[in-house]
Amino acid sequence: MTEPLLDVRNLSVQFTTRNGRVTVLDDISFSLERGERISFVGESGCGKSMTALALMGLLPAMGKVTGGEVRFKGEELTTASESRMRLLRGNEISMIFQEPMTSLNPVFTIGRQIAEVLQLHRGLDGKAAMARAVDLLEAVRIPNAASRIKDYPHQLSGGQRQRVMIAIALACEPEILIADEPTTALDVTVQAEIFALLRDLGAKLETAIILITHDMGAVAQMSERMLVMYAGRRVEEGRVADVISRPAHPYTKGLISCVPHITNSVGMRAENLPEIEGIVPPITSFGRDECLFAPRCNRAEEGCFAAKPKNASMANQDRHYVACWHPNE
Amino acid sequence: MTADIALSVENLSVSFPMRGRDPAGKKRALLAVDNVSFSIQRGRTLGIVGESGSGKTTAAMALARLVPKLGGQISIDGIDFGALDAAELRRARQRVQIIFQDPYSALNPRLRAGEIVREPLIYAGTTSRAEQDEIIDELFEAVGLRPEQKTLFPHQFSGGQRQRIGIARALSTRPSLIICDEPVSALDVAVQSQILNLLKSLQKKFSLTYLFISHDLGVIQHMCDDIAVMYMGQFMEYADRDSFFAAPRHPYSRALLAAVPTIKVGAAPGNIHLVEGAIPDLTQEQTGCRFASRCPHSEAKCGDGVPQLMAAGLHKSVPLGGLHRFACHRMDDLPS
Repeated sequence: MTEPLLDVRNLSVQFTTRNGRVTVLDDISFSLERGERISFVGESGCGKSMTALALMGLLPAMGKVTGGEVRFKGEELTTASESRMRLLRGNEISMIFQEPMTSLNPVFTIGRQIAEVLQLHRGLDGKAAMARAVDLLEAVRIPNAASRIKDYPHQLSGGQRQRVMIAIALACEPEILIADEPTTALDVTVQAEIFALLRDLGAKLETAIILITHDMGAVAQMSERMLVMYAGRRVEEGRVADVISRPAHPYTKGLISCVPHITNSVGMRAENLPEIEGIVPPITSFGRDECLFAPRCNRAEEGCFAAKPKNASMANQDRHYVACWHPNE
Repeated sequence: MTADIALSVENLSVSFPMRGRDPAGKKRALLAVDNVSFSIQRGRTLGIVGESGSGKTTAAMALARLVPKLGGQISIDGIDFGALDAAELRRARQRVQIIFQDPYSALNPRLRAGEIVREPLIYAGTTSRAEQDEIIDELFEAVGLRPEQKTLFPHQFSGGQRQRIGIARALSTRPSLIICDEPVSALDVAVQSQILNLLKSLQKKFSLTYLFISHDLGVIQHMCDDIAVMYMGQFMEYADRDSFFAAPRHPYSRALLAAVPTIKVGAAPGNIHLVEGAIPDLTQEQTGCRFASRCPHSEAKCGDGVPQLMAAGLHKSVPLGGLHRFACHRMDDLPS
């Protein structure tokens, strides 16, 4: 058995607040192979972004890893020093964010912002870094790269800014790229272009991609595996093909069916969308020993409120896990 | 005409003045909405779909007279809404209400929920305080809020609940037309379906007429009876829902549909075939099809005059619904 590129086991994170400690991530496990693409799915506040930040060692000051391990190429990251993490970040593990408008520094040219990463991590001198920045801009398909390199972020459209962010993130050919809702602020046609770009570059550089999203369509197009999160927990994980066609957890099923998907069949229209009633519970209840989805679940029984469901493997399916007392067969 | 038309808009144009003058010495202006016409029967929903900056919201705000129009007729309940003077307009405003995208910023943070719903009634000035209380109670129940929540402030509600307050406010004056401007875009996925279902059930209950603006074609298909696709200030295609989704005609509509990621596992990623052309400068007068610069099927003749919405020839394989029209110079010889 070779070791996976990234192996997260039983990761737990707590925040220290004025009202005591709250659990934010509760026993998260998943692994990622070289060049593999995984999506984190769930509603806001379920811990998707927090998981990503924990991997990067970028938890807010009040947050702390309280259990579990994050092994990257065999190296334990939860106990790594800040200077070690700084060497990894932007170099071997990179991240792009939802808002390309606010992720770029408005007072530097985009060329300089791309070159900065290369100078820092690859030790290139200014001139070589700039030349490489032009190549990278071309790779993310920005026309006239050589002249656009002198542009400031405000001179670019939203889609172009996200391309620049991708160029920065991929400058050092990282092993892992974390994309946190990279297209939420963009139009669909631009989204399709950005997804195509991520797929192509990811395959070319053999970069593993973690996509954080709430759009099942994006999951189906972008990933091989998916991790469904609810209230800081992993409720389901598996191959996208298995999970979307046969979701085991009622929450996963709800997330897939509550969104109107386009059909081209005439006259077929459900009057009402299936709903997931209610909202995500407050973060103060995250660590409790019960199924936190039970209050919103139509399959819930008394036992669901009595104890936290264990992670179970689905029979006959490769690496398909679910945490539910009454999963769909 | 026997059909009960709630809203009809003819040749609506909106232009925003800009600084400076063009070389010919004329004042510069950006034509955000150019000659758009549509109508909605009472109890139905028209969806306007398009990318950001296409003029969807501007068109809606202009017909509600929240931004000044350059030209065109607006008729609501048969009243010439576009021609009302200030005093008449204030009284007539209760006929059009809006549900906004962002429920976090659309509610006055210093008013209690009940008062937020009451406000339009106060401005309409046609109800007594006791009648208002009754309407507010009825609406809170209709949108799924509890009566005791009337005294809470907006920050004490979740996003979905805030949108429910926004919906109750929009319904308070029993408007003839409700403009839903991206009503679920700012909400969490699971909450979106709750709000969409609520909007549909309210439409049935009160026979509401919606003008529904969205960039999400899945939501548009679910919510709307008729669909208009807007690009750079003009309608590119205008059709009933079934006809549109069965056979979208305009190359832009097709690109939009292809760009939406499908949930089908293993489906090839959408091939959107858009040319990376410059988008037209709307401060200049358009002399051709404004989509031509990005259209994979454009020819020399596409630069020759602005195409108008028209029904396609009848020799097409898929019969078009009565309304199905699109604006394309190559409408009769488009590759499918």
